[in-house]
This record gives sequence, structure tokens and C-alpha cells, in this order.
Amino acid sequence: MKSGNKIRDGASRRIFLAVNAFLLGVIGFCCLAPMWHVFCCSISNPGELARSGGFHLIPIAPFSFDGYRAVFGYRNILTGYLNTIFYVVFGVALNLLLTVPCAYVLSRKRFLPANAVMMFMVFTMLFSGGLIPTYLVFVKLGLIDTRLSILLCTAFSTFNMVILRTGFLAVPDALEESARLDGANDLQILVRIILPLSKASVAVITLFVAVGIWNSWFTSAIYLLDRGKWPIQLFLREVLINNSQKSLEAGVKASAESLATLVKYAITIVATLPILCIYPFVQRHFVKGVMIGSVKG
Amino acid sequence: MERMPRRNRGAEFRMTSIAKGGRRRSRLLLNYRQNRLLYWMLLPSVIYVLIFNYLPMAGLAMAFQDYSLTRGIFGSKWVGLKNFRDFFTGIYFTRTLSNTLILSLLDLLICFPAPIVLALMLNEVQALRYKKVIQTVSYIPHFISMVVAAGLIKEFTNSTGVIANLVTALGGTPKSYISLPQYFRSIFTVSQVWQTIGFNSIIFLAALSGIDQELYDAARIDGASRPQQLWHVTLPGIASTIIIMLILRCGAIMNVNFEKVLLLYSPSTYETADVISTYVYRIGIVKQKIGYSTAVGLFNSVVSLALVLTANKLSRTYTDSSMF
Repeated sequence: MKSGNKIRDGASRRIFLAVNAFLLGVIGFCCLAPMWHVFCCSISNPGELARSGGFHLIPIAPFSFDGYRAVFGYRNILTGYLNTIFYVVFGVALNLLLTVPCAYVLSRKRFLPANAVMMFMVFTMLFSGGLIPTYLVFVKLGLIDTRLSILLCTAFSTFNMVILRTGFLAVPDALEESARLDGANDLQILVRIILPLSKASVAVITLFVAVGIWNSWFTSAIYLLDRGKWPIQLFLREVLINNSQKSLEAGVKASAESLATLVKYAITIVATLPILCIYPFVQRHFVKGVMIGSVKG
Repeated sequence: MERMPRRNRGAEFRMTSIAKGGRRRSRLLLNYRQNRLLYWMLLPSVIYVLIFNYLPMAGLAMAFQDYSLTRGIFGSKWVGLKNFRDFFTGIYFTRTLSNTLILSLLDLLICFPAPIVLALMLNEVQALRYKKVIQTVSYIPHFISMVVAAGLIKEFTNSTGVIANLVTALGGTPKSYISLPQYFRSIFTVSQVWQTIGFNSIIFLAALSGIDQELYDAARIDGASRPQQLWHVTLPGIASTIIIMLILRCGAIMNVNFEKVLLLYSPSTYETADVISTYVYRIGIVKQKIGYSTAVGLFNSVVSLALVLTANKLSRTYTDSSMF
């Protein structure tokens, strides 16, 4: 009786595992397929692609790299790309420069008003002035249509600060004590002791901030007027969402409509690829980065 | 060596100041003298938060004004609750509020549990290689920019997209789904699951891996079947994580993914797609009706705050977990 039960259990378990694996496969496919489709379209034959439409998991032969050639020929796209790189590099640097010291100070028990300052910071996660008053602060400070406005938008994140602080708290006090006895000041303790021991959380925060800036479009849309300062996402929006060819006009005037379709896909790949290349490497730290954030501060 | 006498001096200082009654301030002053650098390191972020987080909060006063950009906050006319009255009695109030709530509830019912289910499914996989691949792949949509994601959603749901092709194949008449109001909510929610399921499952997977394996062994010895183990060991093991995530989610009920709505909606779908925050954007930034749009935004923020405090309180009352 008992062994019979066990065998039935085994069979149903095997069926369950197979169904489970299959469903996971379907989910995986759904996550991968759309970008794969974009990639396949981007190297397809432009004429055929414009005619067929629909979904492609195999590129339409004969392959064509005209899309990519065209993308790099367009002034706007190149400008957007360089602007985005500028915003990411300086934005991340500024963000770390503000967030890391703040997290460090608030993780020190010697710092008397730590709790008060923490409440002051965390309150901004619960309540905010909202879109319009924030926009007006930028207007009144004369930041509209400046590159600085984009850097300032992402210069500090309370949420990341809380995550980092939790990470810093995990570093044993004894290390700090001995460094202080050796005459190290706080800046030295932060750079030589705390940061090297919190590499994982710093790496994850850096990646999240960088991806956030790379992918952001809304703040640039409201703060930037001059197309010369636009990040790539705004040009993408013009091509993908508003279906306008304006971004592409400056390039080849005589470009056929079929080439425009191809360019649409190529531009998407060019704008997304850097991120898709980086994230798998930092992936193993995600769990840590996300987990420590959830621990009560 | 040098530090000791300095500390003693501090103690003396403290004693006298207690006598004077300015205890807290002098303790702070003393703490500053001893940790000067810490205070200076904190300064930039405090200034930033003051200017870019607290100054806008002060700017909420505009909600009670007939604000004019040229006259500024001190020169504009105060109108009391007029802006709020206009919003509550206007036609947009019911429409934007119900759209916001419906999109949020759909998100809560479908997008919130989806990553938990995915985590439970991944947890059952025994081939670790396969698990890893599925996990990695499932993060992709999270890293695609909102503009690209919205572009894909538009492409797949227009009259020549994948969905339309499927409908044609099944004998139906294809439509441009993204421009029809009756389909907006489904498109929004399903794509939201696609964008969030993988990445949001990370935290639940981590919680799952934290469950003590001995609990499963004990349950098995007691004769618990697989579903019983799931119910009595696995779910209680990740309950506190689920509750914390739920509190966070409830606090964000009024904040529908507004950038996504902005990219996907069009005047033809405003009827079901226009949420409070997109309405604030249109009247505030596009039409520059500052006072009125600030009032609408303030209404949104206050309801949000109330929701998160309530959720936290409920959680603290009925369970052991709370955010603060």
C-alpha cells in the first residue's frame, strides 16, 4: 500500500515537473522573443520586411545592414547617443558622490542626529511635492534647457541611500575602531574600509542608477527644449511612439520608407544593446542588492 | 593618546550645560566638534533634499492660489479651496480617479502575485542550469527602456501586429487594439506583467532560499504532501516578504506607471487611460494651469500618504511585519 502510494506520487511529481519546466520555458520565450524579433527585423531585407509586417523569429533573407549603416549616418542619433553617455557618466558620478557619503554618515553610531536625519530623508519617500512644484523649482532656479537639470534630477536617491546604509551597517565596528586608533579620518575609513567591503551593494546601486539614467526620457522631455541636448531615448520616442521621421530627416533625404522601418529596429537595438550586455555580469549581485533594501532600516 | 583628555573635557562641558538647561543643543555641538568631517560629508545630500524635495513641498501652497508665473508664490492671489472644488466638481475627477484605481487594482490582482508564482515555480526546478537561464532571460524586459517597451507594445497591438495576425488566423477581424479604449486596460496590465514578473521575483526567490530545509524534512516525516508543504512551510516562510512588498505596493496605488500611460495613450483612449498623474502633466506642464494642477497633484499625494500609513498600520496590527 505504502510503496504503491510512493510510485504514484513519483509519477505525478514527474508530470508536475515537466509541466512546470514547460510553462517556465513559455515565460522565458515571452521575455526573450520581443527583443529577438527586433534584432531579426533590424537585419532583414528592408523591402520584404515593410511588405510582410508581423512577427519574425528568423531574419528575412537576404540580410541587410543598411539599417545600422543609416543609423550611424544620422546626426541626431549620434548626438543623442553621445548626450546619453554624458548624462550616464556624470549622472552616476554625481549620484554616488551624494549618496555614498550620506549613507556612510547615517550608518555611524557616533553621529548623534542620525535618526532625525534618517526621518528627514525617509519622509521624502512617503510624501512629495509632486510633478508641478518640482518642475517649478527647476524653472525658478533657471535650470530649464540646461544639461545640469538632467544631472540634478538623478543626483540623489533616498531609496538607494537606505539600501547602501544597510550594507554599511553590516561592516563590523571593530574595523572602524582600529582604523581610527591608527589615525584614519572618516573619509579614509569610507574609502579604504567600508567601500571595499561593500562592493556588491555599491555595484548594484551603480548599475541601477546607470540603467535608470540611460533609459529615462520623461525628465528630459519636460526640462530640455534644445534637440542638441536630447538623450537618445527622446529621439527613440519620436521614431517609435510618434511615428515621426523628423529625427531621421537630417540624414539621407532620399531614404525610402522601407529603409525607415529598418532603421526603426536598428536604432532600438543600438540604444538597448549596451544595457543588455552589462546586466548579466552584475546579475549575481542583484539578490544582495534587492534583499538588503527590504531589511527594516 | 590625544583623544582621552578631549573626551574628559567633553564630559565637563556636558555637566555644566545640563545645569544651564541647553542640554540637547550642547550635546549636538559637542558631537559636531568630535565628528566634524561626518557633518560636512552629510551636508551636500541634506542641501539637495532640502532644495529638490522639501522646497517643492513648500510649493504646494500654490494649490491654494490662482498662481501666476510672473507674480510668483508671494504675489499670486490666494483662492482658498477653489482649485480643489473645481477638480472635484469637474468631469475629470471621476474619470481620472476611476481609471487610476482600476489600473492599480488590476496591477495588484495580477501583476503583484505573478512574480510570487514565478518564484515558486522556479523553486521547484531541479536542473539548476535551466533555472539560471530562465531567470536571466526573465530580467530582460525590466532593462528595456520604457520608450522601447511602449514602442513594442504599440507595434504588437496595432492593426498589422502579432495580436491582429492571430485574430485573423482564428477567423476574426483585426483591429488597432491600442487605439480602442475598451482594450487599453488589458494591454496595459498584460504588458506590465511582462515587464515586471522576472525582476520582481528576485526578492521572493531570495526569501525562498532562506527557508530552513529541516522544516521540509520535518513536514515530510509528518506525512505532509507536496501541496501541504507549500501551504504550511513555503508560504509562511515568505509571508513577511510578501507583506512588506504588499505594503509598498499599496502605498503606490495612486501612482500608476504614469510614464507608460503617457507613451501608450492617445486622445482616442483617454476615456479609459487618462489617470490623475497624466492629467496633472497635461494641464500643468502642457497647458500651464499651475495652481489647479498642483491642487490635483496634492490630492494624489495626500491619498497616497494615507494609503501607505494605513497599510503599514494594518500590517502591524494583524501580522508581525511592518515597514516602519
